[in-house]
Amino acid sequence: MNYLTAKKGFKSWLFTLDHKRIGLMYLVAVLSFFFLGGVFALLVRAELWTPAGDMFTADMYNKFFTLHGAIMVFLFIIPSVPASLGNFLIPLMIGAKDVAFPRLNLLSWYIYVLGALFFFYTLLFGSLDTGWTFYTPYSSQTGTSVISATLGAFILGFSSILTGVNFIVTIHKMRAPGLTWGRLPLLIWALYATAVIQVLATPVLAITLLLLVVERAFGIGFFDSTIGGDPVLFQHFFWFYSHPAVYIMILPGFGIISELITVHARKRIFGYNAIAASSVAIAVIGFLVWGHHMFVSGQSSFASMVFSFLTFAVAVPTAIKVFSWVATLYRGSIAFTAPMLYALAFIFLFSIGGLTGIFLGAIAVDVHLHDTYFVVAHFHYVMMGGTVIAFIGGIHHWWPKLFGRMYNEGWARLGCFLIFIGFNLTFFSQFVMGSRGMPRRYHSYVPEYAIWHQLSTIGSLVLGLGLVLTLVYLLHSLFWGKRAPHNPWGGESLEWQAATPPIEFNFTKQPVVTSGPYDFPEIEQDRS
Amino acid sequence: MSRRYPPLAHHFLSLGQQYSAAKLGMWLFLAQEVLFFSGLFMAYAAFRYFYPETFLAAHEHLNVTLGATNTIVLLTSSLTMALAVRAAQLGQNKQLLINLALTFLFATTFLVIKYFEYSHKIHLGLLPGKFYSAHEHIPGQPALFFGLYFVMTGLHGLHVLVGMGVIAWIFIRGLNREFGPEYNTPVEIVGLYWHLVDVIWIFLFPLLYLVK
Repeated sequence: MNYLTAKKGFKSWLFTLDHKRIGLMYLVAVLSFFFLGGVFALLVRAELWTPAGDMFTADMYNKFFTLHGAIMVFLFIIPSVPASLGNFLIPLMIGAKDVAFPRLNLLSWYIYVLGALFFFYTLLFGSLDTGWTFYTPYSSQTGTSVISATLGAFILGFSSILTGVNFIVTIHKMRAPGLTWGRLPLLIWALYATAVIQVLATPVLAITLLLLVVERAFGIGFFDSTIGGDPVLFQHFFWFYSHPAVYIMILPGFGIISELITVHARKRIFGYNAIAASSVAIAVIGFLVWGHHMFVSGQSSFASMVFSFLTFAVAVPTAIKVFSWVATLYRGSIAFTAPMLYALAFIFLFSIGGLTGIFLGAIAVDVHLHDTYFVVAHFHYVMMGGTVIAFIGGIHHWWPKLFGRMYNEGWARLGCFLIFIGFNLTFFSQFVMGSRGMPRRYHSYVPEYAIWHQLSTIGSLVLGLGLVLTLVYLLHSLFWGKRAPHNPWGGESLEWQAATPPIEFNFTKQPVVTSGPYDFPEIEQDRS
Repeated sequence: MSRRYPPLAHHFLSLGQQYSAAKLGMWLFLAQEVLFFSGLFMAYAAFRYFYPETFLAAHEHLNVTLGATNTIVLLTSSLTMALAVRAAQLGQNKQLLINLALTFLFATTFLVIKYFEYSHKIHLGLLPGKFYSAHEHIPGQPALFFGLYFVMTGLHGLHVLVGMGVIAWIFIRGLNREFGPEYNTPVEIVGLYWHLVDVIWIFLFPLLYLVK
């Protein structure tokens, strides 16, 4: 009797307090929005096939890229890993029966759904054309439904905050006996750092969006220069959240990669303490770099210099992670399973995404590259090439634990290959045209860029095909996949000691931890 | 006379763990609240830096006496809240109920006074943004100052309302004799929340009413 079969009926899901079921409900929700956001992305790419704006009107195009961005950021990628896999795994990995506040956990899910309804309303009535960043003064003037969209993001923010509170308390208070901070799986460290940002940065977005709503509804003028307000103040507020928010998006991905690399290379992680501490360091420094989004917004040059320096500084803990993963692979027994392939793809793609971030953090270079496809490509290399690749890799790695079934390894490798090729084709071309001056958010362009746009559009189709293929074989495995063994990868962290799939309250008796999460038995043998 | 203790929730090992989890959760929530208001304080700082003369002149139109009275009312309510928590810990149910009722009463007083302040401002047209229609001359951008005033005190007022809601909730649970030395977590975390509401006002009062 596992958690999926313990209770029956629709209501047993809607009122469940089980973190595993809530995690699954989040998984279904965020993947649905990933699909929806992906459809808008393909529409955008389709329009860009030819230099002329011939498929949609400019207004339609503005709405499509805005909806793509807003859905992907607020409804998919921010909740993606923490709310789905994090919810499922945290109590299992720390040997607890549930998160600290199960009812709050369910409430967070309903708040998420409420926020999503606001987005649906926006989608159906009036749409949105501000870009996902809601920059003033345009956002306070446009005729589209900015209020419902910002209220939606505001509500989603509270879902994120409450999840963060829940996770921090769970990790502090619910660990199994013997599970010291130094024995926590690195995914837990990463989710902990993420939760800190969720709790401390998201409320600033909340007040920002609330002020934007008040601005539109009552003309309060904080962001309106005609009565003494300051549109740039909005940018400061917005990026004070939204830069840390990219760490909300990527840190859980880092955590997943740490797990995947060690387990599938059968080697203890290199630099456990450094990886754990660098997650926290990224969370802290990440709060102090927001001004690098505003190098061309009239910010003082001294402030720009400081922000540029801090941006370079945040690359240090990030690089520590990448080097540690590579060092873990060195002389490991690498198994080229699908999760490992995703982990390798992640290291490759994230390194490109991270290094181009350094280009953009350099003030002089940024003046040239600002608002070009170079920025778009950089962002997608870290978010899609980073977080989404890690997320999909993580789904494969924990799929047997989630559902008790194995996916088909051959199809999985093919899917990973298609995604990798499609992704690079889509976004590497954007680096090229961006560095040559192609501005973002235009629905028509000069013919010189056509070849790069066409490569990018072809890539997006390959990428889409790879993702659909992945979805198909994963769903197929739910019904016809082989029954998963108890611990298919030989993981040592606690979630692999629970039954597959886990029982309703996770463990038959309270686990007690006596060793680290990556002390694989064969390593101990080597030593003796 | 027997109290009904809520049982230990299924996922905790002990009441102590359950208590410390709830308390940590509340502190994190309060941290979130502080950051929520911090945006407004930053906006205040920016606009005061841009238009110092507006702030100096506009604050004269706020009623310091009413503001100070409200400060005293709210500080006293924090005292009665602290006494309520103490009473719950000692198992003095009657004291608990009296102090909760007093806290609720002070909160109501605060909002009533705020109501009179607001209606006076509305009457004079000292309003945010495009609604500003006062006749007196205030240099700079008075509409922004009153925008800040209404948004900051308005959001604080909403927090007072929520506080009254949760105080009423633990008052009803107190009537059912649910709290005692062994179990009083809800009283304590509502107390923490109420003190935060108080602390925010302690910053709002000098920033808005006592500009020098």
